[in-house]
Amino acid sequence: MTPLLCHDVFKRRSGTAVLDAVSLAVAPGARVALLGHNGAGKSTLIKAVLGLTGIDGGTIAVCGDAPGSGPARRAVAYLPEAVAFQGALTGREVLALFAGLAGERRADLGALLDRVGLAAAADRRIATYSKGMRQRLGLAQVLLGRPRLALLDEPTSGLDPVSRHDLYAIIDDLAAAGTAVLIASHALTELEARTDRIAILRQGRMVADDTLDALARAAGLPIVLRVRAAETGAADRIAAETGGARINGTSIEIRCAAEGKMRALHRLSGLGPAVADIDIAPPGLEDLYRHFSGGMS
Amino acid sequence: MSAVQRIRAVARAEAAVLRRNRWLAVATLIMVVFAVALSLAGSAPTGTLGVDMLTVSVASMTTLAVYLIPLLALLISFDAVAGEADRGALGLLLSYPASRAEILLGKAVAHVAALSVACVVGFGVAGGLAVALGGAGADSLWALARLMGTSVLLGAVFVGLGYVLSSLAGSSAAAAGLSAALWLVFVVLYDLALLAAVVLDGDGGFTRSAFPWVMTANPADAFRLWNIAGSDTVAVAAGMTGAADALPRWAAPASLILWPSVAFWLARAAFRRVEP
Ligand SMILES: Nc1ncnc2c1ncn2[C@@H]1O[C@H](COP(=O)(O)OP(=O)(O)O)[C@@H](O)[C@H]1O
Ligand SMILES: [Mg+2]
Repeated sequence: MTPLLCHDVFKRRSGTAVLDAVSLAVAPGARVALLGHNGAGKSTLIKAVLGLTGIDGGTIAVCGDAPGSGPARRAVAYLPEAVAFQGALTGREVLALFAGLAGERRADLGALLDRVGLAAAADRRIATYSKGMRQRLGLAQVLLGRPRLALLDEPTSGLDPVSRHDLYAIIDDLAAAGTAVLIASHALTELEARTDRIAILRQGRMVADDTLDALARAAGLPIVLRVRAAETGAADRIAAETGGARINGTSIEIRCAAEGKMRALHRLSGLGPAVADIDIAPPGLEDLYRHFSGGMS
Repeated sequence: MSAVQRIRAVARAEAAVLRRNRWLAVATLIMVVFAVALSLAGSAPTGTLGVDMLTVSVASMTTLAVYLIPLLALLISFDAVAGEADRGALGLLLSYPASRAEILLGKAVAHVAALSVACVVGFGVAGGLAVALGGAGADSLWALARLMGTSVLLGAVFVGLGYVLSSLAGSSAAAAGLSAALWLVFVVLYDLALLAAVVLDGDGGFTRSAFPWVMTANPADAFRLWNIAGSDTVAVAAGMTGAADALPRWAAPASLILWPSVAFWLARAAFRRVEP
């Protein structure tokens, strides 16, 4: 049973469509990044999948069950955007609350807290936690009871790079154990790019849903070849021969479509010792994200 | 079975919060201080009425409880839903396999238990002091027990009403404001309005037939009537025999026993409409 199937989901909020014919499937063990600018509808889609908010059209099935139904709630785990827990409680107490709600009486809370790096802070009040520690605690409750589907809303926002990597390592483990993971984010970073698939929402419409490579190909963004000439004099000749642009004394930049890459390399190798070095830069994540999500910000 | 487990999980967490943020200690202290102060202050005219000191003490504490218990109950409950929403934790709570009623019940168990501790300790200490200083009879001890029991019921009513406001308000600040207004209406304005109606009506139909019933419909008044009419000696001490006599004996208890369920049912209905 597919953990998450959305078909033609439509939702209106005060007159305007915030989700417009959105379809999305997440298979067991898959990690899908759901990208889009602020206000694109990512959180709304996640809340609709949780049954926290209703939809005006289309269908959503969580492991075959309706969103918000008993079986669906038992199958999903959720990490809300910018969640804060009751500061008077300790991390262990909060996790015990969620274990109780999930019916996970036997859950090894100590091991879970250890897994997210909170073993030392487990019995401290959450009021004393840093933003990163709270996010880890949120992740610990996601790990409770092996969910079939995990919905993580901006899990890395406000985290330092080390915490982000730790968080993604845990997400990778979760997926490796068979959980379907949907990660909402408002940017495309190296970490999101390491997910299996990338879905991009733009003003409520799904404008892309594929692997990073396929998206890069579909976008047709130019590949950049950076060539270093062996000597100053050769730079102008290389630029003329290859149709590139000289950017300083000995460097030339050649932009070409993915298909044109080999042709450009052949021509460069024909120039023999005039070329000292070649660096090939595929389209950057930033370029790709901007291409699909539509400029601005 | 798992519903019980979920309710217990919520109750346990809420109870820990109340202990940790000193709410329990402060509420209990407030109850003790006010109850002792009032029962000592009210002890002067004991001899003239021919009742023991505990009786007078219970009458004074009843008057106190009408104001203080709804206030404490609203203070403990107004943030229950709005606070979770403000923290962004409500959606998470509702993504778990717990119904909204179970979440409210869990919170109510902890909140009413905390109020009960404050009431029993506060009235118990003041009552004990009155017994030590001026003696007690079976009737007045029974009155003290009834005061404790009805206080818990009154607290439960306003805990439930606090949840209603917390669900409707949309933010903690708005919920706090609405709670203050609700307290004012039930505890002060309702009685003032009734008084005005009686004055205007003179000895008309409203005063004779409707007034006692309208009065009992308010849980705070039902609490007062039950405690005072329940004991002739307390009624004498409170100088309030007339109002209670016009009603059947079951009216005030029925009102106060029904109200917690009504309040909770309203709270569940309001909470159901909340979209996190
Ligand atoms: N509770 C709400 N009431 C009304 N409009 C909302 C609400 N939540 C979100 N919106 C609107 O819905 C759109 C999508 O919001 P959201 O799903 O939060 O976007 P994202 O998570 O991608 O930043 C935005 O235009 C936002 O203003
Ligand atoms: Mg969002």
